[in-house]
Amino acid sequence: MAVRRVAPPKLQPKDFAFTAENLDWAKKQVTKYPEGRQQSAIIPLLWRAQEQNGGWLPEAAIRAVADFLGMAHIRALEVATFYTMFLLEPCGKKAHVQVCGTTPCRLRGADAIFEVCHKRIHHEPLHVSADGDFSWEEVECLGACVNAPVVLIWNDTYEDLTAESIEKVLDGFAKGAPVKPGPQIDRQMSAPVGGPTTLKSVKA
Amino acid sequence: MAKIIVDGIEVDVPPEYTLLQAAEAAGSEIPRFCYHERLSIAGNCRMCLVELVGAPKPIASCAWGVRDCRPGPNGEPPQVRTKTPMVRKAREGVMEFLLINHPLDCPICDQGGECDLQDQAMAYGVDSSRYAENKRAVEDKYIGPLVKTIMNRCIHCTRCIRFSAEVAGVPELGATGRGEDMEITTYLEQAMSSELQGNVVDLCPVGALTSKPYAFAARPWELTKTESIDVMDALGSAIRVDTRGREVMRILPRVNDDVNEEWISDKTRHVVDGLRTQRLDQPYIRQNGRLLPASWAAAFEAISAKIKATRPERIGAVAGDLAAVEEMFALKDLMTRLGAASLDCRQDGAALDPKNGRASYIFNPTVAGIEQADALLIVGSNPRREAAVLNARIRKRWRMGKFPIAVIGENADLTYAYDYLGAGSDTLAELAAGRHGFAETLKNAERPMILIGMGALARPDGAAVAALAAKAAAELGVVKDGWNGYAVLHTAASRVGALDIGFVPGAGGKSAADMTKAGASDVLFLLGADEIDVPPGAFVIYIGTHGDQGAHRADVILPGATYTEKSGLYVNTEGRPQIGSRANFPPGEAREDWAILRALSDVLGHKLPYDSLAQLRQALFMAHPHLQRIGEIAPGDAADVRKLAGQGGASEKAPFRSPVEDFYFTNPIARASAVMAECSTLAEGRSLSAAE
Repeated sequence: MAVRRVAPPKLQPKDFAFTAENLDWAKKQVTKYPEGRQQSAIIPLLWRAQEQNGGWLPEAAIRAVADFLGMAHIRALEVATFYTMFLLEPCGKKAHVQVCGTTPCRLRGADAIFEVCHKRIHHEPLHVSADGDFSWEEVECLGACVNAPVVLIWNDTYEDLTAESIEKVLDGFAKGAPVKPGPQIDRQMSAPVGGPTTLKSVKA
Repeated sequence: MAKIIVDGIEVDVPPEYTLLQAAEAAGSEIPRFCYHERLSIAGNCRMCLVELVGAPKPIASCAWGVRDCRPGPNGEPPQVRTKTPMVRKAREGVMEFLLINHPLDCPICDQGGECDLQDQAMAYGVDSSRYAENKRAVEDKYIGPLVKTIMNRCIHCTRCIRFSAEVAGVPELGATGRGEDMEITTYLEQAMSSELQGNVVDLCPVGALTSKPYAFAARPWELTKTESIDVMDALGSAIRVDTRGREVMRILPRVNDDVNEEWISDKTRHVVDGLRTQRLDQPYIRQNGRLLPASWAAAFEAISAKIKATRPERIGAVAGDLAAVEEMFALKDLMTRLGAASLDCRQDGAALDPKNGRASYIFNPTVAGIEQADALLIVGSNPRREAAVLNARIRKRWRMGKFPIAVIGENADLTYAYDYLGAGSDTLAELAAGRHGFAETLKNAERPMILIGMGALARPDGAAVAALAAKAAAELGVVKDGWNGYAVLHTAASRVGALDIGFVPGAGGKSAADMTKAGASDVLFLLGADEIDVPPGAFVIYIGTHGDQGAHRADVILPGATYTEKSGLYVNTEGRPQIGSRANFPPGEAREDWAILRALSDVLGHKLPYDSLAQLRQALFMAHPHLQRIGEIAPGDAADVRKLAGQGGASEKAPFRSPVEDFYFTNPIARASAVMAECSTLAEGRSLSAAE
């Protein structure tokens, strides 16, 4: 992990405001907490701000959320820099690929996925590709080890990947028509590959 | 009370004590970095590990309560050991980890010689490092003109963060990132805006935060330390003046729980360069409109000639905000001998008069008493700007809870929440008549306080406002048996002392405002009085230290000594006499002010009957015995406040405005300081951008 700073000013939008819909949602979030403890809503609000801003958290949003919750700006910055799932620099517009680099995925061929990311997106993690559409980073376990190797793009995981299938997934995002999330091989969820292996004699 | 055995010594301590406090009560010193008794407990440095008998692991003593300890199998008190090999090994391990990333730059570090880490490494450090990897490197941060950062040295104790959030009440510092990448910073490296930020330098146990104006200036062991009293505000904070040779190098706070605890404001701390610049170091006489250097004899001759040709009614004297009691006493004595009755210490025209009794002009509940109070009304004052450390005390009380605060006057950020009632005396009148919600709050409180500032008193209708406030105090139970909550917050360090010795117009004498009307006086003594305009016509004798407003107007300048250059008595806003000591000598031909007056009196033919400061003090104490009890407050009589309430008078509608517009520029010393000027510019920029 490296020192996390907000993006340089030239990348920052001037200001940030929740959309009307998100503002309603934020107000509802705050009511979940007892009086005087509204600051507890900082993480969901920052997360929603990040989603609204296309996957990364600008400095103006940190300030806006802090002001919304009536807390010092530095307190919100502490939270935003603590959690690595808040991206402080712009990410790919079409897809930000979070590649699992934990042991099960590595054993099942995550290296090939990284290879594709290096070649196709950028040789460094957390850097935007030349066209500005893609970025990638290595993350820890995504909790789908049965279907390793796995990547997470926005809110969906793409599983059982190979060098070829990750290319297809990325092609899908590039075209604006993402492939179906989940296993990218012939498999139902995390059931055995190639159909059931046990309890075959049981009649439905 | 709970019994606990520390290193074989049984002590009886309150159950809410931590093991660290219990160990101190038993006489065992525990090393610590993050723990500070005036801040919340963080428990993150792990240096205070001790052995608790029965516990499987060493325990962080700062975060473990005495009440949380299990008794022994037969009900014996719990046992703590602080000197066993296990404890020692644990602390050595912690120290080794702390030193892994700490640079070995003690020889160039300003903290060297007074560094907690350095001292404790002497006790718990090992002689060599087992760490061969790269050390962590952290970018230095800009956090303002007063605090310099060398972030490689930071050990993440978070004292500075806790101080700014809890004591100063301006949560600007924080820790971004995490783990090895944790960094102490302000939001995007903005300058801190607190008036108490200098204290983080004292709190920092290593050299990560050091004083920027004092950077690389001196080493602690080459400094002469003099305990003294601050005069930047009327609080009279306890300070230590560190000098090298003739020069004041820095000013640090001393612990005085009754007044400033262990904090001082930035003005108190960083006014040091103002003591060196713009100084008057020889007498001057104005000739043909220009001030020309002169000898003491010539200056005295000029004064003598003028005074002998002037009728006593046309002679006046105004004492400034930084004057010590001794010189005011000597000046009053001299004026009396000359037959002049026009004396005044109230440059701002504050409606304070010793004839109303001492309780009418002191901070009766005392500063420490704020913590006993249970409701507060602030009238015409911005304590954050007028006495920043006192404001921290109000905030401390507010943080304890159940402390309703209301303000009549400026609606400013005071670092605590309050009800804003109104801007001027009509609101106060309404409250005094009991027609306001907050009147009920005051009435129901056991120990309510009314803090009244110069914003309410230093105006033409000040006497009426004071009477109104006293009426509110009397009606709403602020003054009752065993409690006097009528608190006057002064802005001038000299004011209470001057009122105590009666440095106010005598029979037939004129007030400061009347003396400085065009053609009202022929000769005017200004004893360091720089906040007053003297119209052309009067012959002005300025006794002071800096080339400020008073000196520019003067016809004769007699160079005096600043508060670090003389031993002087100051009475703070509570009415507490305190003695400041001489730390260095006045520059050039400048002399101590009382000595100037004594020498001048001889030339004028009215020789003052004291040849030394000791004799002067003796005369002073004979006349005003209560000043003799240094550090003790002679309490005011609550009946005085009730009497004041009966005086009445018509007050105007104009809103109360604090006289301290710019915290950093309230006196000639501060105005001569480049550091204060930089702070002031920054503060101005902040208020401009806030107004946008």
